[in-house]
Amino acid sequence: MSQNKDDLASSNKKTISLPISRVRLIMKSSPDVSSINQDALVLTTKATELFVQHLAVASFNNGSGKETNSLSYSDLANTAEETETLHFLTDILPKKILARDYLTSLEDFQEEDADF
Amino acid sequence: MAERPEDLNLPNAVITRIIKEALPDGVNVSKEARRAISQAASVFVLYATSWSLDEHAQCPYADVINVSRPFGQSLTQLWSMDEDKLSKVANNFAMKAKRKTLNAGDVLSAMEEMEFERFLEPLKESLEVYKKGQKGKKEVTEQKRKDKEKKTDSENDKSREEEEEEEEEEEERMDEEPQAENEGEEEEVEN
Repeated sequence: MSQNKDDLASSNKKTISLPISRVRLIMKSSPDVSSINQDALVLTTKATELFVQHLAVASFNNGSGKETNSLSYSDLANTAEETETLHFLTDILPKKILARDYLTSLEDFQEEDADF
Repeated sequence: MAERPEDLNLPNAVITRIIKEALPDGVNVSKEARRAISQAASVFVLYATSWSLDEHAQCPYADVINVSRPFGQSLTQLWSMDEDKLSKVANNFAMKAKRKTLNAGDVLSAMEEMEFERFLEPLKESLEVYKKGQKGKKEVTEQKRKDKEKKTDSENDKSREEEEEEEEEEEERMDEEPQAENEGEEEEVEN
């Protein structure tokens, strides 16, 4: 069973699973792109797959999930903030804080202002 | 071109599969995490595209030559003394030419700039595999087309005539070839 999975994984390393047409759509939404060479399209699609793997593994290793054997949103958000190469994700993977904590920190901030 | 937001997302099923195969067996991935990774992947495409465009615009000398070979050469002659100036002109041309067709090199350079050098080898291998696959597909389609033609030929009288014509053409060609050879021999004799 695990041998089959290895075979699948190694063939996935070289073949492409994501739909190239969808990736082209996303690339073309960028205004400066006029056309995309087929090779460039293939490379970008594959790179995106590699990126998904990289993000998942890095976040899992970095997070607390190792004990609980799970991957959560906060693992991703934390990893994005802590890893330089993933900083471009911090806007779409914002850390979540409890509303209560936000209000408290807001009060502290206003108090500081009042001192001046 | 109006794209709905959904269209810019990647299919959840494929994303989920890639995640599961990357992580150890049995890891529980929350729905929220999966969605976030999918969005991150779309952002990655955009980010990589903008880096690739940058690579494209910043290549100094190649752009001068590529925009117009003779022009590029004359520029080099005129301004060979001043490299800074030449490179500035080159960049300007790159942008004005609006030659924004991304190529494979742009993408690979972008990966390096984004500090994803680890991707470079697997990417190159992947491209090779893809190209071979396409070549194979083309050959299969060609073969299918030829087989189809043979089939319809055997059913049509008209096509049989065409075949005869083709054979005649071939014979003519074969006739021409020995003629050409003869001419060649004659020339040598004269020399």
